[in-house]
Amino acid sequence: MSLFDMRLSDIHNRLNNKELSVTELVDASFARIAATDAKIGAFLNLNEAGARKEAAALDAQLAAGGERGLLFGVPAGIKDNIVTEGLRTTCASRFLENYDPIYDAAVVTKLRAAQSITMGKLNMDEFAMGGSNENSAFHPVHNPWDLDRVPGGSSGGSAAAVASGQVYFTLGSDTGGSIRQPAAYCGVVGLKPTYGLVSRYGLVAFASSLDQIGPITKNVEDSAYVLQAIAGHDERDTTSANVNIPDYVSALTGDVKGLRIGVPKEYLGAGIDPTVKERVLEALKVFESMGAVWEEVSLPHTEYAVATYYLLASSEASSNLARFDGVRYGVRAEDPANLLDLYRKSRSEGFGAEVKRRIMLGTYALSSGYYDAYYKKAQQVRTLIKRDFDQVFEKYDLIIGPTAPTPAFKLGEQVGDPLTMYLNDICTIPVSLAGVPAISIPCGLANGLPVGMQIIGKPFDESTVLRAAHAFEGQTGFHNLRPALS
Amino acid sequence: MSITVKDVEHVANLARLELSDADKEQFTDQLNAILKYAEKLNELNTDGIEPTSHVLPLANVMREDTVKPSLPIEKVMLNAPEEEDGQFKVPAVLE
Repeated sequence: MSLFDMRLSDIHNRLNNKELSVTELVDASFARIAATDAKIGAFLNLNEAGARKEAAALDAQLAAGGERGLLFGVPAGIKDNIVTEGLRTTCASRFLENYDPIYDAAVVTKLRAAQSITMGKLNMDEFAMGGSNENSAFHPVHNPWDLDRVPGGSSGGSAAAVASGQVYFTLGSDTGGSIRQPAAYCGVVGLKPTYGLVSRYGLVAFASSLDQIGPITKNVEDSAYVLQAIAGHDERDTTSANVNIPDYVSALTGDVKGLRIGVPKEYLGAGIDPTVKERVLEALKVFESMGAVWEEVSLPHTEYAVATYYLLASSEASSNLARFDGVRYGVRAEDPANLLDLYRKSRSEGFGAEVKRRIMLGTYALSSGYYDAYYKKAQQVRTLIKRDFDQVFEKYDLIIGPTAPTPAFKLGEQVGDPLTMYLNDICTIPVSLAGVPAISIPCGLANGLPVGMQIIGKPFDESTVLRAAHAFEGQTGFHNLRPALS
Repeated sequence: MSITVKDVEHVANLARLELSDADKEQFTDQLNAILKYAEKLNELNTDGIEPTSHVLPLANVMREDTVKPSLPIEKVMLNAPEEEDGQFKVPAVLE
């Protein structure tokens, strides 16, 4: 077994049996990054000294014996919009090019407690705005399956790093599909938890009513382990839900007999690539063969979701990004004429085109005279979209469809056409607006490129989502397909 | 509803952004395309539909009004572009 084909449980066993040291794991991971990342571009910043020091300390702990968790010693990567104390965090923006956070995000504190190792910070679309990773201010990310193609976004670095075997798991963030869509394009497993399950404290805010952190992994079991480590109430995030956290791994029984699956006709209609549709229909047959039942359902407001999302998310972004004013951190323009000029110049120098576009759209939607027509209208339509899901979940345990309408597209193909780019999120955005959990898992290839299937669950029912995903994975093995990256 | 370069200038001012003439032209076209697409929402009758601001059944999360330690000032100033005596320094606000 190659080091990079190990599951978290394999690593755990080998460390316990002294067949492997944490230092060996970390060295191998850095070596893989060195060998592949010039082509992939997943990392913005490596934590070499810190990670090696940490590895040595953990090896000393190993020698001393005792109980260790499943993430102990595991090399991991963190999306660069999640703050890490003393480790540069840029959000892939010029504005924060030199920003060194002074505290850890809640999820980072939790990973420290679980003793995984942060290898570095991962590339993304600037401030998580984008679906191709081409909006990074520093460099794009290339899809490990085809270097001419995008890895998806905005967590493109997080997905590509796992797909190319650089690290064993990563954290991404998902506002309208930013974990699930890149996971689909890169042939890995990406989970967006229920809104509120994972603390957003220390996640640089994009659209606060939608943002959610989640794991990207090579398989579903690992996803459950990472979710277990990061889920839970946090009083520092007032939208953090105070719910009991179940044992996600024990939910992975392999049994989906009697599970009721709704398949929205809107997710397999116009605009969906025929091969993607075929892969999803084949996947449904697999579920059938395992004793689950599926029926066609309708989420009638699906066609309104993208417009709703871009109005709401951009409005929230225009407000959240007002904090980047050049006063307390980040870029400050040289020689401003006055304070107003300082704000304008610093923001104009620091933000890229997509960020400016969304700030403009959001500011317009919130501005006097347009608030009711755009912002409030979109909030009302959000209610209708959420009700669509509530109604289907009265009768069904899960909703299944494609994660993205097509496989990964080519770099440069959609730049300059924001609306077309936005429509790539047609299957992930409604789920974000409804706030429910969803996972993207590999369900085969289309012309050599990975296709992702999205399994959507009831609020806080990650257990059923993970159970179905895990059962499918065990039956098919698509998660073991690897890119031919040398 | 169609927006003009003048609207874009007004919104840029509200958003504290300075745009080049080329940016203004491009944003006018792109924002018009996006807003035209958004007009799709007007196909739906939303009379009497409550707006959703977020999906959780939460309202007014309160905590006790107790003093807790704040970040130390030296740390807060670590990323300051310009500081003086533990304060962020900016150009004069009053003439």
